[in-house]
Amino acid sequence: MASLAPTFGRGAMTNHWVDIKNANVIVIMGGNAAEAHPCGFKWVTEAKAHNKARLIVVDPRFTRSAAVADYYAPIRSGSDIAFLGGMINYLLSHDKIQHEYVKKYSDATFLVNGDYNFDEGLFSGYDKDKRKYDKTSWSYQKGSDGFVLVDETLQNPRCVFNLMKQHYSRYTPEMVSKITGTPTEQFLHVCEMIAATSAPDKTTTFLYALGWTQHSIGSQNIRTMAMIQILLGNMGMAGGGINALRGHSNIQGLTDLGLLSNMLPGYMTLAGEKEQDFEGYLNARALKPLRPGQMSYWQNYPKFHVSLMKSWYGDAATKENNWCFDWLPKLDKVYDVLQVFELMHQGKMNGYFAQGFNPLASFPNKAKIGEALAKLKYLVIIDPLATETSEFWKNFAEFNDVDSSKIQTEVFRLPSTCFAEEDGSLVSSSRVLQWHYKGADAPGEARGDAEIIAGLFLKLREMYKQEGGAFPDAILNTTWPYKIPDSPSSEELAKEFNGKALADVTDPKDATKVLAKAGEQLASFAHLRDDGSTSAGCWIFTGSWSQAGNLMERRDNSDPSGLGNTLNWAYAWPANRRILYNRASCDASGKPWDAKRKVISWNAKESKWTGMDVPDMRPDAAPEENVGPFIMNPEGVARLFAVDKMAEGPFPEHYEPFETPIGTNPLHPNVISNPAARVFKDDLEAFGKARDFPYVGTTYRLTEHFHYWTKHVRLNAILQPEQFVEIGEELAKSKGIKAGDKVKVSSNRGHIKAVAVVTKRLKMLSVNGQPVHTVGIPIHWGFKGLAKNGYLANTLTPFVGDANTQTPEFKSFLVNIEKA
Amino acid sequence: MALQSLDIQRVSATTTPPPGVRQTIEVAKLIDVSKCIGCKACQAACMEWNDIRDEIGSNAGIYDNPRDLTADSWTVMRFSEVELEKDKLEWLIRKDGCMHCADPGCLKACPAPGAIVQYSNGIVDFHEEACIGCGYCIAGCPFNVPRISKKDNKAYKCTLCSDRVGVGMEPACVKSCPTGALVFGSKADMIEHAAERVVDLKERGYSNAGLYDPKGVGGTHVMYVLQHADQPELYHGLPKDPSISPMVALWKGVTKPLMSLGIGLVALAGFFHFIKVGPNEVEEESESELH
Amino acid sequence: MSIKTNLVVRYSANERMNHWLVAITFIMLALSGLALFHPAFYFLSNLFGGGPWSRILHPFIGVVMFVSFLGLIVKFWGHNYITNADREWQKHLGEIMANKARNLPEVGKYNIGQKYLFWSLVVVVPMLMLSGFIVWRPYFAPFFSISIIRLAVLIHALAAFIAIVAIIVHVYAAIWTKGSIRAMTRGTVTTAWAKHHHPAWYKEISKDAKL
Repeated sequence: MASLAPTFGRGAMTNHWVDIKNANVIVIMGGNAAEAHPCGFKWVTEAKAHNKARLIVVDPRFTRSAAVADYYAPIRSGSDIAFLGGMINYLLSHDKIQHEYVKKYSDATFLVNGDYNFDEGLFSGYDKDKRKYDKTSWSYQKGSDGFVLVDETLQNPRCVFNLMKQHYSRYTPEMVSKITGTPTEQFLHVCEMIAATSAPDKTTTFLYALGWTQHSIGSQNIRTMAMIQILLGNMGMAGGGINALRGHSNIQGLTDLGLLSNMLPGYMTLAGEKEQDFEGYLNARALKPLRPGQMSYWQNYPKFHVSLMKSWYGDAATKENNWCFDWLPKLDKVYDVLQVFELMHQGKMNGYFAQGFNPLASFPNKAKIGEALAKLKYLVIIDPLATETSEFWKNFAEFNDVDSSKIQTEVFRLPSTCFAEEDGSLVSSSRVLQWHYKGADAPGEARGDAEIIAGLFLKLREMYKQEGGAFPDAILNTTWPYKIPDSPSSEELAKEFNGKALADVTDPKDATKVLAKAGEQLASFAHLRDDGSTSAGCWIFTGSWSQAGNLMERRDNSDPSGLGNTLNWAYAWPANRRILYNRASCDASGKPWDAKRKVISWNAKESKWTGMDVPDMRPDAAPEENVGPFIMNPEGVARLFAVDKMAEGPFPEHYEPFETPIGTNPLHPNVISNPAARVFKDDLEAFGKARDFPYVGTTYRLTEHFHYWTKHVRLNAILQPEQFVEIGEELAKSKGIKAGDKVKVSSNRGHIKAVAVVTKRLKMLSVNGQPVHTVGIPIHWGFKGLAKNGYLANTLTPFVGDANTQTPEFKSFLVNIEKA
Repeated sequence: MALQSLDIQRVSATTTPPPGVRQTIEVAKLIDVSKCIGCKACQAACMEWNDIRDEIGSNAGIYDNPRDLTADSWTVMRFSEVELEKDKLEWLIRKDGCMHCADPGCLKACPAPGAIVQYSNGIVDFHEEACIGCGYCIAGCPFNVPRISKKDNKAYKCTLCSDRVGVGMEPACVKSCPTGALVFGSKADMIEHAAERVVDLKERGYSNAGLYDPKGVGGTHVMYVLQHADQPELYHGLPKDPSISPMVALWKGVTKPLMSLGIGLVALAGFFHFIKVGPNEVEEESESELH
Repeated sequence: MSIKTNLVVRYSANERMNHWLVAITFIMLALSGLALFHPAFYFLSNLFGGGPWSRILHPFIGVVMFVSFLGLIVKFWGHNYITNADREWQKHLGEIMANKARNLPEVGKYNIGQKYLFWSLVVVVPMLMLSGFIVWRPYFAPFFSISIIRLAVLIHALAAFIAIVAIIVHVYAAIWTKGSIRAMTRGTVTTAWAKHHHPAWYKEISKDAKL
């Protein structure tokens, strides 16, 4: 999500599952929706069946998605930016962009700082020693009024449009083919199909998932595609947008609630250690508009933040103590999972809670994870299943060959419920909060996660009360308003996230009009205040449980427009809006680009935006006011130039995976891999070279299984019982491997053994003049469960992540394969 | 297996008319291979609904698992990688299982009265309590579908969820299919739907797209939409023109009455011969001659 | 001397037991086989405890019959070569059937009808065994392809038909030809019967007796 927010302002799927049916062209790249999202994939088949849509799949493997695609093009894993950058070049050089859209709704016209520069693979401001950029030059030119300078004629060489054109001019079809291995004519065919949707009444939608994120350049993969969608004018349109398919049913909910070490709920962020001053903290986030008249909705940050602090600390949070700002941790660095395990590996951590998390299986370099866990004093597992992590200390022969006598970590296993054993809501990829009900009681001693955490919290608070401690305030003052303190209910938590009025909330325009009486649930985050009179545990969820009750449990799927925007089905954040940036579905005058897919339009009679969706716009903002459709961005428009939002540069650039099969970067041989990616010292040494490990390894999921869970389920184990790897026929022949043979796949970090599936679906590609073979490695096996025991696939993967999100590079690394 | 005694149109090993006064609509399941992503949800749904669990097998270097139909796996996905043109790979994924033939070879071959029935809606169902485990249905089936259970030696196969269909629901596999590759309804509607799909596929360049409803077995109540209807063998050996094997037809056709009759006639011939000419006795004199 | 002095031995006790073992198993096989062959005979499966038991027992009984039949083959093989006299005898079949035959060529231990029976069973019994083996569930059928199984069931049915018809003829011939049944029940026939029906054989055994 760290690529969509820098481009559009919000980090979430812009449209929704059902809306996929409205697309003319569907591109699946960096994902395998049919395999990993078979239910949502229904809307792809709907689009094909009822909208004559064409499905394009670009993937290193001929996937299950490709099986039903109209066009498939192969690509080398880890070279997506080259492909998409080449597509940007194609669109610009063939004049296949929606000009008015680009001019009005993107920063194409914005002038960029004169010091900004890109040369031989590096952007201006690189510090080689720190592997970091000084991003000062990655900024706009501003006028004396504080607003960005623009050139509506697009003639100025420093305008974003021309810099972008120049940047991607290097991505010729030949260069693309050289890097990606995609045959030129296949690349051009894909470009042609997608370019056709630059017409205002045609849309392309992109479906992607972990095939884009799990790279050292993951966020930039997505950003490149986001730029294409801007150029095609597809954002905000029904059947357009960017559909980030989430891998877990509630992973969207996880990010929404800020369950990342540097986040607060609702995409607010924790302060860095240099941000000790509350005003400074707020000002850095409550961004002022960069162009006249823009909404720059994050200006309301103080309201969201204060409401959060009131929700957490209640009466203890006062204006005088800066709403307890001092109680929040200030980060010296980001404590993502890779960082945490690096510290653990260095022996700097005592204890670790793995709640619904199986890091031994799901994080890279299993050997390192195992060594790290062995250095802990205690490990707490909260999970419905007996995970591999919970038995990392136990010897499972070849699958987990450890010496238990040398491991002193004390492991506590707390059985928890799974989703079907509790009431609650899940947030789908479409941002829809959908309430569900318990289907069965949990077995044995299992307890809900909230109950387990509540028990821990209450015990800790009691200990702090009795024994004191270094910093008791945050613990002692946390609000705990639940009827049964030991077991907060899902309903109570949901209401808390929504928030309520602590005092009467009145209309700022008319103080006599009370919007919400004290104690009432709030109907909208527009009612949040920064004076302590409201509370909201997660501002983007405000409205989901208003005075009208639990809107998440609504099940009315009536669809008056036929476009699938079922506003009375559950509740979508923000504000029950189904298509984000839907203002961009209309031209500047407020008229839909395409009458057939009218989402909203300007209703001059009533002087407001109306339609079949909640307008993503101030409802009464007349077109003449020129309020941009990307209301979260201070620019009011979408960013082709990401300014300082990305770690490795404002324009995505192709960098090779850290383990590259070609050992060079054809664009700039001196800068091969992501120069801003964080690499720990030991891990640098654990990278393999192509001469020892000549093949590209890539890990992925199978539709028969869900991560490392369903190998515990008999049905799934029957459907896909045993670990395998996939290789192409050419590679199999050269290695003397036949289908069904046992093979050994090794990387510089370890090896696995599995059955070989020999297939036509993995072809040799010619990259930079040399043959590149891919070894496909499904992940689902381990040493616990009902399926046949297998090796954890992450024995092979490298310990390096994306520079923005630190998502590990599971999709592209080097391996060798031989008959076992 | 369901208890529907009034809408049976055929019963195995039974020469008198079955109870068939109730007429139901002829149904069909349409499997659109061009929409199938091989997710195996149908396999899971089948196991769930019917409460059957196969063994946890092994991988044989292919995606197919379980690797074949068994008494506990009434449907399996068959994956075929086909390259008809160079660089145009197709991954054809066919859901295999009982085709519910209008002229069912299994029923024809079955020697146990009432073990196999065909309802008026077209579903061919096994009533295992009457099954004797001889396996003749396997020999009779042109699609190699029925399997004998290792546990109870009864024959099992897809019921087309006759129990669900009987109460107005679709089969479990159809219910679970995420992409709409499986649809269920009256056979007439399914043929119409298939025609639309064929138009769409032809427009996408599959000039030989078509419906698989083989006439050789009188049509089927499980039909396929195929991208290459001219070459059904591409789909993991789906027979091009299936019919009940001539050997089975001979065995369970003319031979049955002819041989029975033949045996009866021979016995009768002996009887009447005796009545006519009497016993073949050694004459008294020759008997006494010896004395 | 009692009448017994007029008897000659035709079958030893072992031969008789062997014959009846084959006969009993054959009847069981015919009944259970017919039960599975045509619905009209399905009721016969009740004799064996129902359909599944008929299906279970039939092949095992088949093995017993096959093995016993091997014994008969060994014992009777030598008596069943077809001779010119047999062929000559066959020409008078019409008269024989009408009980009007006179001055027939001398028949050995078996007439040509009996020899036909023998040789047809020598052919069809192994056919039944082999084809039955191929369709025997659950033990052996899974090793054969469906087309082989289809061929086997057809062959099994045809062979069984031939066998049943042949045995009906055999049984009737034994009933019709008075004095025959005791050959297989008691082991002896009257000398008159022997002289009349199998004179060549009678001469042979008389000669032996004189020596």
